[in-house]
Amino acid sequence: MSETPIVSADQIAASAPLTGQPMVKAEQVWKSFGKLDVLKGVDLEVYPQQTYVLLGPSGGGKSTLLRCINHLEKIDAGRLWVGGDLMGYRQRGDVLHEMRSGDVARQRSLVGMVFQRFNLFPHMTAIENVMESPIHVQHVAHKQAEAEAEELLTRVGLREKLDVYPAQLSGGQQQRVAIARALAMKPKLMLFDEPTSALDPELVGEVLDVMKNLAREGMTMVVVTHEIGFAKEVADGVALIDGGVIVEEGPPNEVLVNPKEERTKVFLSKVLA
Amino acid sequence: MDADKVAAAGGDPAAAASRPEAIKAIPVRHWGRWISAIVIIYFVVALLYSFIKNPNVQWSVIWHYLFMRYTLIGVANTIEMTFAAMVVGAVGGTLLAVMRLSANKVLSTVSWVYIWFFRGTPVLVQILFWGYIGALYYRLYLGLPFTGLVFWSTLAADATRHIIVVAILALGLNEAAYAAELVRAGIISVDAGQTEAALSLGMSPALTMRRVVLPQAMRVIVPTFGNETISMLKTTSLVYVLGGAVELLGRMQQVYAMTFQIIPLLIVASIWYIFLTTILTIGQHYIEAYYGRGFGQDEAEAAEKRAARRDLRRAGMSHV
Repeated sequence: MSETPIVSADQIAASAPLTGQPMVKAEQVWKSFGKLDVLKGVDLEVYPQQTYVLLGPSGGGKSTLLRCINHLEKIDAGRLWVGGDLMGYRQRGDVLHEMRSGDVARQRSLVGMVFQRFNLFPHMTAIENVMESPIHVQHVAHKQAEAEAEELLTRVGLREKLDVYPAQLSGGQQQRVAIARALAMKPKLMLFDEPTSALDPELVGEVLDVMKNLAREGMTMVVVTHEIGFAKEVADGVALIDGGVIVEEGPPNEVLVNPKEERTKVFLSKVLA
Repeated sequence: MDADKVAAAGGDPAAAASRPEAIKAIPVRHWGRWISAIVIIYFVVALLYSFIKNPNVQWSVIWHYLFMRYTLIGVANTIEMTFAAMVVGAVGGTLLAVMRLSANKVLSTVSWVYIWFFRGTPVLVQILFWGYIGALYYRLYLGLPFTGLVFWSTLAADATRHIIVVAILALGLNEAAYAAELVRAGIISVDAGQTEAALSLGMSPALTMRRVVLPQAMRVIVPTFGNETISMLKTTSLVYVLGGAVELLGRMQQVYAMTFQIIPLLIVASIWYIFLTTILTIGQHYIEAYYGRGFGQDEAEAAEKRAARRDLRRAGMSHV
């Protein structure tokens, strides 16, 4: 979509090499809503600059796992770290202390999230959506935030739509604004929750292109999607989640081409049919 | 340019150019509409005639009192009461709404009881209650209860002599109960995804409420709150029961109690109420347009204007 990288070089340089500390680490994560166990002991490691794709049937727990990573949902058991920090808790000795909302917000500001339903702020123009958090959370000067927002929107191909309200944008354009909005916080990690599921088929490509560029530029990404093609093309790791557990994981050319588990085979045959 | 377009349309210029002739037909005559309109106009004219030509209306008396200083002060007091009560109502209502939605059970229960009480009794009763508060508490204190610490105190009878203050208190505290339900409905109407998106961007819950949820809730709240303001303007007339001839109706009533020109003075009051209501309605239109931004019909045009301003700014900066 553009030749200039979306992620700045120092952002990439700041992240550790692939062999270092994982960007996301989940250890026996459990999550239940009432009596319904949605996650039943999930282990996951995503390393810096990796693109990790979560596949699986709906209701299997993949979106919940994503929402646990940035603490939009509290986990019931296990541990979850982002960039080496426990999400939502502070550990002193053996005792866990819940974090105050301000500290949770600080942690979340390092993790960008893109939603299935875009969730742009409808009362702000495209550029105001992108500037909002840098100005009010990171206290970036208005002029600088505006310049950076303009740059980001240009890179996702929306140079002509800066002053347009979300309601006047197509789904694909809205989702690209949402990606720019998340990137404006200069996150270390990006989470995508079925970013193309609510789009008309002909608009899926433009959003996937932006995501592919991001992946190639070295952004660490965890992506929940049904786009097997995207997974094959850019994923470093793929996991199939069903029934609240990771059924199978590995590099895409193993999991997607020669799956070992019966459940993976069944799922893939349905998705690819 | 046009030729290009036609050529692009598929190489058949005739197909693109020939639009069929529009249908010409004799429209249906709606006799029923004509007859009903004539009947209604006939009665409306008769009613207006009977009113305007009625000697009891006493147009000269109306004219005499309409712009009298005594009346104008009443109008000013009515306006002051309306806005002050609405400010008390809006601030109190927002507070009560946030309390009502709070996870803290004590806060949400207190809010619930307040709303239950103030919506459960007539506003006229509340006005009288505040007016005669001196019969319940001889002295009013501002301080910390049970500690003996008092910053300020006054005789209740002295306080209730200020009818405007009593009215603002009574009307404002009553309005807060209604405004609370309004604000709560507005907050609930904002999609949960908005809060999630804001939180995921690192906003604190308070910032999320202020920058993302409340501005969107306003789009739901403002039209109804405008109606509440118009309603409040007229509710202030109930304050006349406390005497003192402060607001518009109270003052008119004071006059006709002496002159017995009841109808003309009620018409003077009505003219002012209608005038003020009209002004408020116009103001409401502009406030709604502001909070409805991003949802309007003429958005494409507005976006072009904003883009043009941006280009101007950019050009201006490059000169510097």
